[in-house]
Amino acid sequence: MALFSMGGYGGYVWPSYVLALVLMVGLLAVSVYGARHAEKELARLQKLRTDRRGRDHLSGESAE
Amino acid sequence: MHRFANPARFLRMANAAFPWLAALSALSLGAGLYFALAASPADYQQGESVRIMYIHVPSAWMGMFCYSALAMFSATSLIWKHPLADLLGRATAPVGAVFTLLCLVTGSLWGKPMWGTWWAWDARLTSMLILFFLYLGYMALSNAFDDPTRGYRSAAILALVGFVNVPVIKWSVDWWNTLHQPASVMKLGGPAIDPTMLLPLLLMAVGFQLYYFVILILRARAEIAEAKIRTIRMAQVQAAGQGEQ
Repeated sequence: MALFSMGGYGGYVWPSYVLALVLMVGLLAVSVYGARHAEKELARLQKLRTDRRGRDHLSGESAE
Repeated sequence: MHRFANPARFLRMANAAFPWLAALSALSLGAGLYFALAASPADYQQGESVRIMYIHVPSAWMGMFCYSALAMFSATSLIWKHPLADLLGRATAPVGAVFTLLCLVTGSLWGKPMWGTWWAWDARLTSMLILFFLYLGYMALSNAFDDPTRGYRSAAILALVGFVNVPVIKWSVDWWNTLHQPASVMKLGGPAIDPTMLLPLLLMAVGFQLYYFVILILRARAEIAEAKIRTIRMAQVQAAGQGEQ
């Protein structure tokens, strides 16, 4: 196919586009994972803190 | 600027803009790829290898744009101690590094058939390689210290000192005899490139730019959450220390 061979330059053109795809999709995936992971961890810690405060309040002690 | 100083407000605005930026980026990249690969002509001298330009040039522009943004965030952090500036700088650096790497590798892939060499130590290529190392140095420095604020300061200073490289890159093809060709788009007198090639070039450039904002928002969210996690953990450590006393 002419599109694949790119006038003989296919060995240079297609790796360029594939590399762009791999790097940009890879960075996107890593960034999405990083945001989700950090926000999930934050939510977990904040929930722990409010639970602990709630328990200590019920038992009559202060949290800090 | 002060509207963005509050991380919560920044996150609200960023999250509202995010789906639009993502959709527009995908659209622009999709259209750009169509025109770049299918609906634009081959070059009369370079043949189909000119299609590498539609990746190489936008990534070069983004490599320089991201470093300029990084220098701006670093200056804001050092001068005004703006709370978000450090985080946005750290969020920007990996994107700029990726684009610069892409520019260097696609440049080699273009240079081999056109110039007969994968690499030359000419001013443009060398200064772009230095730009890549500056990104790596920034990322290494900002993560090098246990206390994040010390890392931010050192990295910000590196970013500012390295900013002199950006105009060097831009003017390198004019100041030195370079193998790399002179400017064809952003020059006095307007673009020297044919409209049928300028269109995919600009579509890809816009797509890359919007992609940067998408990644910036994602990484800023992670940085803000991690800063809050550090605050909570510090408070827990201090409370535990007081409890033992």
